[in-house]
Amino acid sequence: MKFVLLWSDALFFLLVAMCVFGAWRARRNPQLASAWRQVGTHRVGVAAATILLCFAAIAVLDSVHYRERLPGENGNVQYSVEVLSVLDGLMTKERTQLEKTYSAPLATQLFAKESRADGEGRDFPRLKYGGAQLADPALRDADVEKRALGGLVAGFVIWAVLAFCVRRWLRPRAPWFAWSAFVFTFAAIAVVSGVIVALAPEYHVFGTDKVGQDVLYLSLKSVRTALLIGTLTTLSMLPAALFLGIVAGWRGGWVDDAIQYVYTVLNSIPGVLLIAAAVLMMQVVIDGHPAWFSTSAERADARLLSLCVIMGVTSWTGLCRLLRAETLKLRELEFVQAAQAFGVSGFNIMLRHILPNVMHIVMISLVMDFSGLVLAEAVLSYVGIGVDPTTISFGTMINAARMELAREPMVWWSLASAFSFMFVLVLAANLFADAVSEAFDPRGKRS
Amino acid sequence: MLTYLLRRFLYAIPILIGVNLITFVLFFVVNTPDDMARMQLGVKHVTAEAIEKWKVERGYDKPLLWNAQASGTSKATDTIFFEKSLSMFVLDFGRADDGRDIMNEIKTRMVPSLAIALPVFVLGLWSAVTFALLLVFFRATWLDFTGVVLCVMMMSVSSLFYIIGGQWLISKLWHLVPISGLGAGLDATRFLILPVIISVIGGLGSSVRWYRTLFLEECNRDYVRTARAKGLSELAVLFRHVLKNAMIPILTGVVVVIPSLFLGSLLIESFFGIPGLGSYTIDAIAAQDFAVVRAMVFIGSVLYIVGLWLTDLSYTLVDPRIRLQ
Repeated sequence: MKFVLLWSDALFFLLVAMCVFGAWRARRNPQLASAWRQVGTHRVGVAAATILLCFAAIAVLDSVHYRERLPGENGNVQYSVEVLSVLDGLMTKERTQLEKTYSAPLATQLFAKESRADGEGRDFPRLKYGGAQLADPALRDADVEKRALGGLVAGFVIWAVLAFCVRRWLRPRAPWFAWSAFVFTFAAIAVVSGVIVALAPEYHVFGTDKVGQDVLYLSLKSVRTALLIGTLTTLSMLPAALFLGIVAGWRGGWVDDAIQYVYTVLNSIPGVLLIAAAVLMMQVVIDGHPAWFSTSAERADARLLSLCVIMGVTSWTGLCRLLRAETLKLRELEFVQAAQAFGVSGFNIMLRHILPNVMHIVMISLVMDFSGLVLAEAVLSYVGIGVDPTTISFGTMINAARMELAREPMVWWSLASAFSFMFVLVLAANLFADAVSEAFDPRGKRS
Repeated sequence: MLTYLLRRFLYAIPILIGVNLITFVLFFVVNTPDDMARMQLGVKHVTAEAIEKWKVERGYDKPLLWNAQASGTSKATDTIFFEKSLSMFVLDFGRADDGRDIMNEIKTRMVPSLAIALPVFVLGLWSAVTFALLLVFFRATWLDFTGVVLCVMMMSVSSLFYIIGGQWLISKLWHLVPISGLGAGLDATRFLILPVIISVIGGLGSSVRWYRTLFLEECNRDYVRTARAKGLSELAVLFRHVLKNAMIPILTGVVVVIPSLFLGSLLIESFFGIPGLGSYTIDAIAAQDFAVVRAMVFIGSVLYIVGLWLTDLSYTLVDPRIRLQ
């Protein structure tokens, strides 16, 4: 086995490390600590954060990539060209057990009729893997019930253990935290995932798509794409936005004019069209240099990252403007003027005095932009200017499934599953963003 | 006033030059015309002659910025930059890959696009303000709370869901209106009603929530307290004072919405098979027709700048204190 570190993985882990570092800093800074504490007392915010953490865990599992070792001849080590992630490894069954075509959730038979092997009329053939352990499809309901109940109990037991731990050790240490919201959300998650985990080995819980892929697997894989786009987009242009915004506000004069000119120009190009043009161009570059990428996963990864950067270029202007306005305000405050009187250099003032005081704006815009970006990815991928068609994402799932509603009877499960996963993710992100901006926005505290 | 407008007009020129430069770099420097030709003709098995022919057909066979072989002024004018980029300022966009004149195409496709975007804009604004005022009128009650929860839920649903779901429910299940296409004359309303309603609903959640915060902020001001103390009814306070004073942030926000209407119609038009500018752009993206995409980027920026300009004008209409100088 050989580990592969894709660029997006590296950036994603960098992001996780930054979160950990940020949390460590926040503990030592009383102001930040009190703001986070306020988020912690916010019940809806805690519930949303719990759900987001679960999604993040899936994305982390899906970000550790490796290439399997192939059985080579006499010491000749060879690796598969297929790049897998830990999530792929855990879901090997769902990933490799392909049916012929559509099958409904928990079905034991294919969705389309086929001629029978004995040549007598047409029939729904049994699935190759879904419910294959059953002797008779009629036994399915009882089997599903039994398994689901087992999963339910297992999920409940896990929840009970965690709830006990919270009550015993965690709650006394941080009584201000909204533990009840955490415990209740976790109960829902544990029960639902318990049932799914119990059923997944024998059935296609959310059905299969046109080429027989398991929809549950596709949905879980989409989570990483969505999270990457939601976070890396803002992060990719963050250094530029921070630097230009603060410098424009601090220096004023022609520097300010030049920076304002740059973002007005970028702003005046409609975002979608700029993205469309840039993605088209990136595609030409990527297709023109096949030698740059050793596996198709790397190529898809390059396209994903370039999409993040391109979306970042179209969206950093808003943040830059906010930072400039805030810097203009801070510049006139006494502590900055005092630092100036002491002869601190302009660069140091920007770094030590202004930067920490605009970080709450960065924080708020990071969480506020997230949900919009996740939704935008689906739209862009649908239009054909989003992620690589081989990358599994909510957009590509919806795009592949949208014609299925016209079938008779209807194939609804891929769309339903993509939309529900996206809805839960975006709703949680929206609610968390509200809690964070309420806690960090100085204006929010007043009212 | 006139000098102000003139100055704003002149100010637009450097911005448009910047836009032009960006698109030029994007389309001709990041990828040379050779790359584009190879992409269009298929990456493998392409001869140098075929590339040359493709370039000559589209006028991409000239130097990028400076033609050393030409004489006199044509040293600067007989180049790709001059012919393909600067010509945009006189709205000469050249031809699409299928040989049709882009400007002509834009003129005929503008009508269906406007037929959707305009009702969506007006209806959307009206319904958002109405619902927001309603929530503010019932503020701090269960109605307000449910309304806000509903808004957040609506914000979290993908716009694709509204389109796919609406099409399926109204057109396929209930057979109320045709699924897609566009009729001529008055018949067109039958086709337009569903896309308009879907786009309005799709944008409602976030805008109602945003206007509600704006109105609530105004409600905490002193003049509102004074108005209430005078004995004005709550409705009169909301309509005569709060709404009027919240007009400036609303107008600022509305201009931000105009370019994103473009995105909405991009999707809506392609889903409902309406032959407007949005579906034109989508088709061009799918066919990798660079000339059309470039023209749309340029027009989009011009419209945005006009939008900014109109915002300034509208400020003077709603706030007599503002004078444009």
